[in-house]
Amino acid sequence: MTLLDVENLWVQFPTRQGLFDAVRGVSFSLGKERLGIVGESGSGKSMTGRAILRLIRPPGIVKADHIDLEGQDLLKKSEKEMRSVRGQRISMVMQDPKFSLNPVMTVGDQLVEAYRLAHGSARKGATQAALEALDSVSIRNPERVMRAYPHEMSGGMGQRIMIAMMLIPNPQILIADEPTSALDVSVQRQVLSIMDRLVVDRGMGLIFISHDLNLVADFCDRVLIMYAGRVVEVCDADKLHQATHPYTRGLLNSLPRLDVPKERLEVLQRDPAWAEAPSVSGRVR
Amino acid sequence: MTGTKTGTMTGTSMLSVKDLDVWFGHGDDRVDAVQGASFDVAKGESFGLVGESGSGKSTILRAITGLAKDWSGTIAVDGEPVGHKRAKSFYRKVQMVFQDPYASLHPRHSVDAVLGETLHLHGFKDIDARVVKLLDDVGLGNRFRFRYPHQLSGGQRQRVAIARALAGEPEILLLDEPTSALDVSVQAEILNLLTDLRAEHGLTYVMVSHDLAVVGHICARLAVMKDARVVEIMDVDALRKRRATHPYTQDLLRNSIGA
Repeated sequence: MTLLDVENLWVQFPTRQGLFDAVRGVSFSLGKERLGIVGESGSGKSMTGRAILRLIRPPGIVKADHIDLEGQDLLKKSEKEMRSVRGQRISMVMQDPKFSLNPVMTVGDQLVEAYRLAHGSARKGATQAALEALDSVSIRNPERVMRAYPHEMSGGMGQRIMIAMMLIPNPQILIADEPTSALDVSVQRQVLSIMDRLVVDRGMGLIFISHDLNLVADFCDRVLIMYAGRVVEVCDADKLHQATHPYTRGLLNSLPRLDVPKERLEVLQRDPAWAEAPSVSGRVR
Repeated sequence: MTGTKTGTMTGTSMLSVKDLDVWFGHGDDRVDAVQGASFDVAKGESFGLVGESGSGKSTILRAITGLAKDWSGTIAVDGEPVGHKRAKSFYRKVQMVFQDPYASLHPRHSVDAVLGETLHLHGFKDIDARVVKLLDDVGLGNRFRFRYPHQLSGGQRQRVAIARALAGEPEILLLDEPTSALDVSVQAEILNLLTDLRAEHGLTYVMVSHDLAVVGHICARLAVMKDARVVEIMDVDALRKRRATHPYTQDLLRNSIGA
């Protein structure tokens, strides 16, 4: 079943040198699966995620044949109608919890607010739900965390709180934009497995945006590899290491590996043709 | 010897740290960031410090360069213990490259100004020729000389930061997560550059990273830190063969290669 269907998505920004194309004709569909989008900085992966939620503000331009969420075109919705999509049906977790949580509200107040906005329920039930939400992301001692302010939390805890908050309205799709890049390696896996478990249990679709090829290979079902605003290759995550596009191969080979020591690392030789070739479609029909 | 707590080396030691304690604040607010760290780095060797954020690995580098003021223990460079106040000559021997190339360059100083001023402070006279040579050494070339940081990519900025560190012709380069803000393809270029520079200039490296694979690529030996203490010092070869003895190191290994 297709939750989200994006066809021919373009994101453009006017500059003094004319229009700059940040995303160029990207198409993909998302079912109840974990879809990874990988690429280097500037490849347009974050812009793709933001464009789906229509978070790109003028003068930025978003164009697409359609961005269908269960058959409804998000591009045709008014700004007011979009508000019932953002957070409620499609949630987003950003890179750094320090900038996503309100620094002057306790964690508990923020969770309760999110719950009441989503479900319109009384304060008492909301507090209980917030405690359960914290519990579901493996936070020990949720009562104490409810009273704490974001700066008292470590990065890993902050990100788990973000995930708990984003899942409160029971969205159908979660967009996670580099959710673990600001975290330590040891905490990364833990946060990811929590997110993974919640997404699978609830039958949600996950768009996982990352620059880390190994992480995506481990945690996703399908991967789109982006370069210069285009999708250059689509492959199954477990076959990522057998990817064929020279860009993907180049990225994989430039990683140092502890088990395969070598004197010099391979340096990616960029081919201008990669940026010119049309996008590969990531739609499943 | 693998797995011993104090890594002593045969031969001359270029940098020696013994019973190093570093703390911030005082009284009730005192935080002990590093406790009893000891290690030796031989001349021309490259030594890694790994551990998670808050384990004190960067603080050790900052204590060595004199950026962290409150420390006790012994830090010796080339056999000579350094005091709390560093002489100018110290910075001709030891230089540091920081993590974030976006934050470590002055936004309104051109590459030429950054390198020229550094050379001037080191007391060189032939500044013009040296700027050209430095840019050449880090693979940038003369056309980047009059650019400002915003006109450079992340990798190019890090090359400028490395050139600045090399300006005083140091013997020890302290590298604090030099590639963690960069894309993997750019990381490969910078790591190759660091490998080449060490061979050309006979440099000694101390590199801090959270990435075991990066440390494993550059370094031959490493210290693993946890909660302000060095828990294990070992050869990278032993690490590759999974001969880590401390449970925390084994944990790190599992997380980095999924073994």
